[in-house]
Amino acid sequence: MKIHIKNGHLIDPKNKIDTKRDVYIAAGKIAGIGSVPDGFVANQTIDATGLVVAPGFVDLSARLREPGFEHKATLKSELLAAAAGGITSLACPPDTDPVLDEPGLVEMLKHRAKQLNLAHVYPLGALTRQLEGKLLTEMCELTEAGCVGFSQADMAITDTQVLWRAFEYAATFGYTIFLRAEDYYLAKDGVAHDGEIASRLGLKGIPAAAESLAIASILRIAHETSTRVHLCRLSTAEGVELVRTAKKQGVQVSADVSAQHCHLTDHDVGYFNAQANLKPPLRSPRDKAALCQGLKDGTIDAICSDHTPVDDDAKLLPFAEAEAGATGLELLLPLTLKWATDNKSTSFDAIAKITSQPANILGISGGHLSLNADADIAIFNASQEWKVDANQLKSQGKNTPFLGLTLAGRVQYTLLHGQITYQNS
Amino acid sequence: MHNPQLDANGKLKHLLTIEGLPKKILTQILDSAESFVGVAERDIKKVPLLRGKTVCNIFFENSTRTRTTFEIAAKRLSADVINLNVGTSSQSKGETILDTVDNLIAMHADMFVVRHGQSGAVHFIAQHVPDNISVINAGDGRHAHPTQGLLDVFTVRRYKPDMHNLRVALVGDVLHSRVARSEIHALTTLGVPEVRVIAPKTLLPAGVEKLGVQVFHDMKTGLKDVDVIMMLRLQNERMTGALLPSAQEYFKTFGLTQEKLSYAKPDAIVMHPGPMNRGVEIESHVADGSQSVILPQVTYGIAVRMAVMAILAGRQAGGGA
Repeated sequence: MKIHIKNGHLIDPKNKIDTKRDVYIAAGKIAGIGSVPDGFVANQTIDATGLVVAPGFVDLSARLREPGFEHKATLKSELLAAAAGGITSLACPPDTDPVLDEPGLVEMLKHRAKQLNLAHVYPLGALTRQLEGKLLTEMCELTEAGCVGFSQADMAITDTQVLWRAFEYAATFGYTIFLRAEDYYLAKDGVAHDGEIASRLGLKGIPAAAESLAIASILRIAHETSTRVHLCRLSTAEGVELVRTAKKQGVQVSADVSAQHCHLTDHDVGYFNAQANLKPPLRSPRDKAALCQGLKDGTIDAICSDHTPVDDDAKLLPFAEAEAGATGLELLLPLTLKWATDNKSTSFDAIAKITSQPANILGISGGHLSLNADADIAIFNASQEWKVDANQLKSQGKNTPFLGLTLAGRVQYTLLHGQITYQNS
Repeated sequence: MHNPQLDANGKLKHLLTIEGLPKKILTQILDSAESFVGVAERDIKKVPLLRGKTVCNIFFENSTRTRTTFEIAAKRLSADVINLNVGTSSQSKGETILDTVDNLIAMHADMFVVRHGQSGAVHFIAQHVPDNISVINAGDGRHAHPTQGLLDVFTVRRYKPDMHNLRVALVGDVLHSRVARSEIHALTTLGVPEVRVIAPKTLLPAGVEKLGVQVFHDMKTGLKDVDVIMMLRLQNERMTGALLPSAQEYFKTFGLTQEKLSYAKPDAIVMHPGPMNRGVEIESHVADGSQSVILPQVTYGIAVRMAVMAILAGRQAGGGA
């Protein structure tokens, strides 16, 4: 199968391309950029006039809910959503049921994803057994089974001795640790940013210090043990500043932010809107501004969808009882483009945050369109507006704070290994 | 942002919180309550304003006092009253909050009086009831207890009619108190120029000063020259642990004694939403003393709740109140 994508505007951050170029695909690989390979005769031509052609997006955090939570989502429903969102590679956290702490489970997940052939699924293995923060998992075995790093999902390791040893052990083999930094005790039972809004609404707060204290410890341990650490979903200004300083000091640290947190604050909780119940909590406007600035100056490397499908029964409850999380795969592109527009950044920089940068962090081959690379491609209309409508979302998770809002940026085609996995009708 | 308590004409549809309510509506409720104070002093304590209406008290959290005053208020307005203690029935059987509410809607109640342990639960119910049902918040988590806030300012207004020239201090556990939040909003909305909170830092919520209050950590400076002292209840489970070392130390530092009362103006009034912990937040001598208006608060509570119900029923009938 040979495909010619013609007249599109190619944005490939890794190869520093941001111009009009045709793309030629043969045998699932990139066969040519800009010039026709010798003897190339296309079986199919995609007219990308007025569209952007980019590497398929790479998402650092997408919960697929399998195994264990199939009533919330299935691998198939969520990978279809990923394709509709232009995402061709995604990392999934280990907080499934059972937890991804056994090589057999990881192999099964990889196998199921491969059969569906809608996106590359890169599991993050559990850093500790059952995510209990006590015993280390078999990291080498898990890596052989397909894990690209190790994570505690939303569970904290409260025992600093265990945390230290987990870092040392991972560093032994050069593995990356993915942590969402949050002090367990300061965050306990909290549901909203500890500030004026939570105080007014009488919601139990999670202070910003819950994040900055945890980041300070993690960065110190990463530095002492020479471990590569990725901080997931920063939410505070202090957190961004700590990462900025650590990077200057040469700590091997990278960081991401969720697409929601680039746009929303605790003010969006309004009158107890459970859609705005997220983890980490939506924080103050000052924090949001620092996150956006951190993205711009490179302190924050990537934007993730933090895709967390939540069923209606779990959302249709008073704010504090509602399950945290929002669907995000199909919103990653428009929310990332909107970050660029709102912060006077470029589409090129925005696309880097969801392609080459997260691919680097995961240490995977995707996220660029070099010659002979896998033809994982997203073709989108950057200005096409669409309304976020629960009935139109492919994901089984229909809950998001952006429901009913109009966003710009619509994927037209997604290709995986040179095969069209999604086409906007 | 749309205020869920008001209808398209700006009339009170539900009473969920004092925050965001216009001064005009608060004054309307207080003025209307004045007329109901008289009803309780008559031989026949009934008016027919809610005749044929059904008021349903839904208490997801146990309470005797508040439920009783709502029940008396509804009955004096000639309504039929149903009491439901959900805390002890449906919830333990796994029924969701919406299931419970849907069942009561099917029984054609006209007004729900709801108490729930979670902040925001009453807003949540108000969002899911049909247009002809009004919801009154009888206390949700730490968020709001608007009728308590109203009866407290009603009491203040009765004893200190010049609200624009008052200094009011709230003392105690503001962090966990829905009463404190409602009192603060009611006082500031009605134009009280100086509202203070006095508490240890462990019992104050983040950014409390943004609610429009001045923060004090000791009674001597905090109570200086105040006209009204509003004591807050300290729950038993918070008296020891990491919030406070002991009830004794709390009483010593923040309990209202005759001596500390002397820092306030000589004619200052002392209030408490009840139930009191004598010897913890307040000394009996003060609670029962000449400056205490704690029992009048209870009496006025019924009049204020009657006023709220009458105004909501008036809107349901299509007219004003």
